[in-house]
Amino acid sequence: MKEAFWMIPLFPAVGALGLLVFGSRLRRGAVSFLGCLTVLASFLLSLASFLGLSATAAAGGGPRIKVLFDWLDAGRLSAGLSFQFDALTAVMALVVTGVSFVIHVYSVGYMKGDRSYARYFGLLNLFVFSMLLLVMASNMIVLFIGWEGVGLCSYLLIGFWFEKPAAAAAGKKAFLINRIGDAAFLVGILFLVLFVGGTEFRLIERAALNGELGAGAATLIGLLLFAGACGKSAQLPLYVWLPDAMEGPTPVSALIHAATMVTAGVYMVARLNPLYSLSPAALETVAVVGAATAVFAATMACVQNDIKRVLAYSTISQLGYMFIGCGVGAYAAGIFHLFTHAFFKSLLFLSAGSVMHALSGELDIRRMGGLRRHLPLTYAAFLTGTIAISGVPFFSGFFSKDAILTKAFASGRHVVWALGLLAAVMTAFYMFRLLLRVFHGQERLEPSAKARLHESPPVMTVPLLILAFCSAAGGYLSLPVVFGKGLDRFPRYLESVILPGAEAHLSRGTEWLLIATSTAVALVGIVLAFLFYGRRTVVPETLIRTFPRLYRLVADKYYIDELYGAVIVNPLLRGSEAVYRDFDVRVIDGAVNGAARLTARAGKGLNVLQTGRVRDYALALLVGVLIVVGFLVL
Amino acid sequence: MIPASWFLALSGVLFALGVLAFLIKKDLLLMFLAVEVMLNAANLAFVAFARRHGLLEGQAAVFFIITVAAAEAAVGLAIILLVFRRKKTVKADEISVLKG
Amino acid sequence: MAEFLFFLLSALCVGGVLGLILSRNAAYAALWVVLSFAALGALFGLLDGPFIAVVQIIIYAGAVMVLFLFVVMMIPLRPSAPSPKRKVFVAASLLLTACLAALIFLSLSASRGTSAAPAAPGFGGVRGIGRLLFTDLLYPFEITSLVIMAALVGALILAKKRKSP
Repeated sequence: MKEAFWMIPLFPAVGALGLLVFGSRLRRGAVSFLGCLTVLASFLLSLASFLGLSATAAAGGGPRIKVLFDWLDAGRLSAGLSFQFDALTAVMALVVTGVSFVIHVYSVGYMKGDRSYARYFGLLNLFVFSMLLLVMASNMIVLFIGWEGVGLCSYLLIGFWFEKPAAAAAGKKAFLINRIGDAAFLVGILFLVLFVGGTEFRLIERAALNGELGAGAATLIGLLLFAGACGKSAQLPLYVWLPDAMEGPTPVSALIHAATMVTAGVYMVARLNPLYSLSPAALETVAVVGAATAVFAATMACVQNDIKRVLAYSTISQLGYMFIGCGVGAYAAGIFHLFTHAFFKSLLFLSAGSVMHALSGELDIRRMGGLRRHLPLTYAAFLTGTIAISGVPFFSGFFSKDAILTKAFASGRHVVWALGLLAAVMTAFYMFRLLLRVFHGQERLEPSAKARLHESPPVMTVPLLILAFCSAAGGYLSLPVVFGKGLDRFPRYLESVILPGAEAHLSRGTEWLLIATSTAVALVGIVLAFLFYGRRTVVPETLIRTFPRLYRLVADKYYIDELYGAVIVNPLLRGSEAVYRDFDVRVIDGAVNGAARLTARAGKGLNVLQTGRVRDYALALLVGVLIVVGFLVL
Repeated sequence: MIPASWFLALSGVLFALGVLAFLIKKDLLLMFLAVEVMLNAANLAFVAFARRHGLLEGQAAVFFIITVAAAEAAVGLAIILLVFRRKKTVKADEISVLKG
Repeated sequence: MAEFLFFLLSALCVGGVLGLILSRNAAYAALWVVLSFAALGALFGLLDGPFIAVVQIIIYAGAVMVLFLFVVMMIPLRPSAPSPKRKVFVAASLLLTACLAALIFLSLSASRGTSAAPAAPGFGGVRGIGRLLFTDLLYPFEITSLVIMAALVGALILAKKRKSP
């Protein structure tokens, strides 16, 4: 049982295979049962492994590694299909399987009546499998398989309703933009092979600690890998796919684009923390990109009117937070934010899904309002999530965000800290704006939608309640130091994986001050939201009238999509078309067709020789005999 | 005594004539006959060499050739008969189904 | 005397094949070949192979050629009109055959020798051949019998009229 952890990814793999191959022949009940059961089994096994790990952690020893078989062995590159289970993996596996299980259950209600029910659950299982492969890999090669696997699943799930052109396009966009990052990621892995001589995490760690790896090489590798993380975790400038990814089913948004997949980049940076710690430049880049993304995405979230898109931009912003944490060397804080974020963001998405479910798919918050009375459970869940993400004290988001900001301040990067604060204000503001617009105020529903208004069934609300509990309570795993000694269990748990750096310690007073600042900032955002959207929406309207150009700029997402379209996509398209027209059709096809035509002509020409008359053949035979005999005699 | 090379020369002439006959005859039957002529030319060469070297094996080989040729003639003629039944002709040029 | 006989038999032999080439009538052509083969049998006799000579005349000139004649009688062979294209073909055939003959004589010129010693008494007789066939060449001999058997059965099956073609 001690070594059973390698079977964790096995269950969803079996489930995915079964559902994708035989799913269409199973009854819906069987599909739901199988889909949820495999993930539940994974979760329980993760829990057992986690407990086993905790029991043996006191005895010391490195991470547990299970090599299934040697897979690649080519020159300097060698990789086995091997899994690793340590504290970081345990946390990630628990988050992935736990949140996935809840979302699976929720999906049973949400996707009821969809035509491709079995395909949906099969893909969901496949996604869980890929993500588990990613977090349990013991080397970069296996991690990369999982990395690509989640990319593929996200493509398939975003484009799940592929009959809808927008969904198909969004899936394609997500896939292509991830590709850009993945290319850099792959090059990073190759450099890793070149400089370190292998991709096993232990090897990397040893090389980084022994000083075999220079700072320059570490910077190069770190930046390349971070480019991959930018694609996967939707950071500037590769974030554009995530908002569009909201075309997929809402549980998918919750699972992939909030709780698990997008955190792969953060996980990777935290996993390779020895390498990143070697390179201040790479860390600086990570922190700055994270901070810039956090603010940039938050501004866009403030003006969006699509409930899911607001959440999407908020995800990007929160991911930026996690990278701030990693970038200032507080990997544990980053992972902790990942942990809490997984709960409250999936909670928010699932609540949004519940709202959409109630309103027959309505997404625009201008046609909502006053839903508090009709959807009390959903409202409670959404409220919890909003409070948690806004950083109101004593909810999980407060502790994780505060940990990051404190570490950022302590590391001396005050600009990053200030940007983080700014993002925190905006986070509180747009989240409460969303809350007020959706659940409070006047009812601005379409009459047809209003007639069918209903609270979601228990299969959907119970998962909401579970997640709401986790969102509220998750933060108590790691309290700030000032609250008492020994309450920061989470970072200490991760200490075996994340090497404690030389941390600048702050005085108690400063720390209290920082906590007060965070709290104040959150409150400011909330108050602003109430002022703007509480009773009447006079202030925002006035603002829009006063700064119409600024509003349009932000509301149109800074025209980044258009910019990419004009600068990258269109030239590429046109160039490809030109290449297709002039090179492909003429040269390649010409060569192929030409070869075929040549063969046909030659055949037709030589055909004349095959007369079918025996005597002609005999004559030819005689010529051959003459040549041979002549050669022998003469 | 006649030199063996005379016989060999005669054998060459017969063989060449057999080839010529095979090429310019139009009936399968006569082409088959031409093949027999070539076989006999070879037989003559065998016997001539046997005489020159005083070895009986050459004559034994001819004996075998004659027996096998008899068997071959039986089968070949049966095939020609069959072709005629199917095609109503034994002109080689008219049987050209295997034309490209 | 022997030389005269050789030239006479050679003339008959070559003349027979020329008759095959030149005659229009298939039955005549076959008869010409019978003549040629009979002369060849006599030539075998001249080469100290009395047994082979007899076998040649009995089996070839006799049995095989009679079989040919039977088939010639069974199949109505009509002469076909010569076509201009065929003339080119005949010319090419003549040319190539001439080349072949030239090559054969070239290769024979190397083996031109004086006349051999007179053969030992009894050379080529039934006794010598028989001893050879039933001692050293026993297996080929037996296998030949199998070949003939197979040919017999095969010819029967092929030539038999089928009830439903």
